[in-house]
Amino acid sequence: MSVTTPDTADVPQRGRSLWDDARDRLLANKAAVASMIVLATIALLSAFGPILSPHDYDTVYRDYVKVPASLGAYPKSDQVEPAFEALVKRARLNLESYERVGDQVVAEVTSRRAIDPRSTRYIDRSDLFKNAALSDLADEDKRATLTADINYLHFYFGTDANGRDLMTRTFIAGRVSLTIGLLATVVAITIGVLYGATSGYLGGRADQLMMRVVDILYSLPFIFFVIMLVVFFGRNFILMFIAVGAVEWLDMARIVRGQTLTIKRQEYVQAAEAMGVADGGIVRRHIIPNTLGPVVVYMTLLVPKVILLESFLSFLGLGIQEPMTSWGVLISEGARNLQGSAWMLIFPSIFLTSTLFALNFIGDGLRDALDPKDR
Amino acid sequence: MQDLKRPVLAIKDLKVDFETATGPVNAVRGVDINVKPGETVAIVGESGSGKSQTLMAAMGLLASNGRTQGEVLYEDANILGLPAHQLNKVRGKKITMIFQEPMTSLDPLYTIGRQLAEPMVVHGGLSWKQAKVKALELLKLVNIPEPERKIKAYPYEMSGGQRQRVMIAMALANDPDVLIADEPTTALDVTTQAQILDLLADLQKRLGMAVIFITHDLGIVRRIADRVYVMKTGEVVESGETARIFTQPEHPYTRMLLDAEPTGHKPPVPDNTPVLLEAQKVDVEFVLEAGLFVPAHILRAVDNISFSLRRGQTLGIVGESGSGKSTLGRAVLNLLPAGGRVVFQGEVVSGKDRAAMRALRKDMQLIFQDPFGSLSPRMTVGQIISEGLLVHEPSLSARDRDQRACQALDEVSLDPAMRNRYPHEFSGGQRQRIAIARTMVLKPQFVVLDEPTSALDRTIQKQVVELLRGLQKAYDLTYLFISHDLAVVRALSDTVMVMQRGKVVEAGSVDDIFQAPQNAYTKELIGAAMLTQQQMMDTA
Repeated sequence: MSVTTPDTADVPQRGRSLWDDARDRLLANKAAVASMIVLATIALLSAFGPILSPHDYDTVYRDYVKVPASLGAYPKSDQVEPAFEALVKRARLNLESYERVGDQVVAEVTSRRAIDPRSTRYIDRSDLFKNAALSDLADEDKRATLTADINYLHFYFGTDANGRDLMTRTFIAGRVSLTIGLLATVVAITIGVLYGATSGYLGGRADQLMMRVVDILYSLPFIFFVIMLVVFFGRNFILMFIAVGAVEWLDMARIVRGQTLTIKRQEYVQAAEAMGVADGGIVRRHIIPNTLGPVVVYMTLLVPKVILLESFLSFLGLGIQEPMTSWGVLISEGARNLQGSAWMLIFPSIFLTSTLFALNFIGDGLRDALDPKDR
Repeated sequence: MQDLKRPVLAIKDLKVDFETATGPVNAVRGVDINVKPGETVAIVGESGSGKSQTLMAAMGLLASNGRTQGEVLYEDANILGLPAHQLNKVRGKKITMIFQEPMTSLDPLYTIGRQLAEPMVVHGGLSWKQAKVKALELLKLVNIPEPERKIKAYPYEMSGGQRQRVMIAMALANDPDVLIADEPTTALDVTTQAQILDLLADLQKRLGMAVIFITHDLGIVRRIADRVYVMKTGEVVESGETARIFTQPEHPYTRMLLDAEPTGHKPPVPDNTPVLLEAQKVDVEFVLEAGLFVPAHILRAVDNISFSLRRGQTLGIVGESGSGKSTLGRAVLNLLPAGGRVVFQGEVVSGKDRAAMRALRKDMQLIFQDPFGSLSPRMTVGQIISEGLLVHEPSLSARDRDQRACQALDEVSLDPAMRNRYPHEFSGGQRQRIAIARTMVLKPQFVVLDEPTSALDRTIQKQVVELLRGLQKAYDLTYLFISHDLAVVRALSDTVMVMQRGKVVEAGSVDDIFQAPQNAYTKELIGAAMLTQQQMMDTA
């Protein structure tokens, strides 16, 4: 018997694992790759969009309630004069002349009494104008020139019923929905894989018992379960993961158990048993890695399911609370305001549906990539 | 006379390419095959030689990424690349096929009779009644016992050999001119195999059709073929009359195939060597649980078997599938609950629980039949080989384990640089070597070999047999060798036990069993398997 020389042993060829092969097949799938790009874009927008956006997600623009989506800036030129007139009137001033100079409004105002310099606040308080100033006071301060800069704002997705920027809100909602989707899925999969693999591997009475527990949990009505949790612990973000994760792991456990039952009879598991490997080692090294293919596929299908579940809970008022929001909440608001302000429904829906589509395509792609026999 | 006949099926310069992610694969590179009416042509080659793909291509049954070139003439009309509806006028009627797996070729939901009759009703325009009569005739033709009863049977009620007979009956339904048999007996036991071959020869004589026989088994070729085509890597390397090929092979590859029969004899161990393992009255029972209307039923898979093995000895266990030989192997290793007593190195193994067995597992190992199923697909070869060390020598560092894995690979003549690869990148023979390395890394004393060569080609088989023999000599290993392949058993064993339905019907030294079998079943088994070998020896 010759011992290998270290120099050949130390430069081993890297093998191509099944995962490497699967990745190559996935990257060859155009729909899956496009979906991954879409998903990455949405994720990046959700993560960094709210920081880069000029608006805060909870800033209320009272003058811009339900304004339609527009690429141009607000206020529109025909809005400026009536708005200005109204503001001047509210400041109890008479408008003598109105002139628009570029991005500035210059007006002659009069009053029966001396004009209070603080009356510019009326103008500034509006979302349309900023830097209002009085000059050329004359006539015992009863006449002055009022100048104000027009405050141009962009609402690319329009605003909601409270006058908040919908784009920022859609992005921040994306954060919430994607986080819930991912975290709840991770929770569900971790519990489900461990539970299912253990149950399937142990078999016999333990398996029976563990699966009956699953059956009992299945039969609990989900909404009832969530309401109970909310009653006991109050509304809170983390509760959502627990509620959703606690229900969704059941499917996973069943899938993994079924897989495990087949894998358990594979000769490589028998070989490990014959070698004296303990149960834990067999589950960890042989069973779980071999169930991961279907698990990964199921995960991509579970994320959209969880996002929809969250939307449903929020729709019922059991989920996310104002001013925080999620796609589900935005869509339910949009649905209520469909007449007259369709953009409130359209934009969050585009984000949600693209995410769901992307995830489903990725799931399909992964299934094909991991199980090429089926093609 | 026959040479004057025009071929009924002629394959001319057929090429088959597969488009794969890593570039095109040329599976068949210009093959010419002629089949005359009424003759039996064998196409021989190892797995991957393109022998099946040639005929699959001719029948338009390639996978979707296959491309064909060339001509396939049936009665002078090219059928290659015809659309399915035109091809179906020939395929399944005038040229029919039977496959290797009789288990999966029949639909488990329908009775045999219905499956036989359906094509006659749908395509042949017969009424169900007429079709049923014809189906019964066909079942009689293929010698199925009690055809009146079997026509109402479901596939799971039949044995592998009977199912293969049904498949043949189906193929004969339309009086074909050509029957293509793709390894029809590979999945069957030797005695069944012999019966099926006799049946095919008999049917051919009676019905006068041409048979194309695809096989890797030269014994079968020798027995039934008129002419032989030897294929290697997509090309026909040699063709000719069967007798000529076997007596004067011209191509070195043909010669290699003919020499691939495992040979040699194991030198006996001295009588004074200590007994390593003793099995006394080993019993394995499977309780088939009582159903609502079915009483509990006990299946005796292993019935009262005793033997003892000295260090360095090999005991061959021979029997057909279902005879309980694999179960016995596992019972000896205490991998399943068994009655009786197994003593290994003076220690009673029987009845120990898994934790107590762990220390012994290092010395008692098992090698499986299927080199594709016994290696975990998600682990690298290095991880697979060193897993046992994790259990039995936990003090070893990762570096030491790696070193030991390299040594083990070296011992089974594999390049240790391949240890970071995954099992699917290896061929069947290489994978069986990896499985052996996994066992050898623990330096065991006793190894149960459960059909370790059955899934391999003959030439690879011979190499694995040599490897096992070398390891036994180097480490004074003791083997329990389970196989249905008598040639391999003869080459490796000191003593042989013949099993049938859980019982030992005959036991003795290799020479006694093979040269002077006493039991009728042993005689039948040896007769079925050795016929071909004997002939080969006569001609050699």
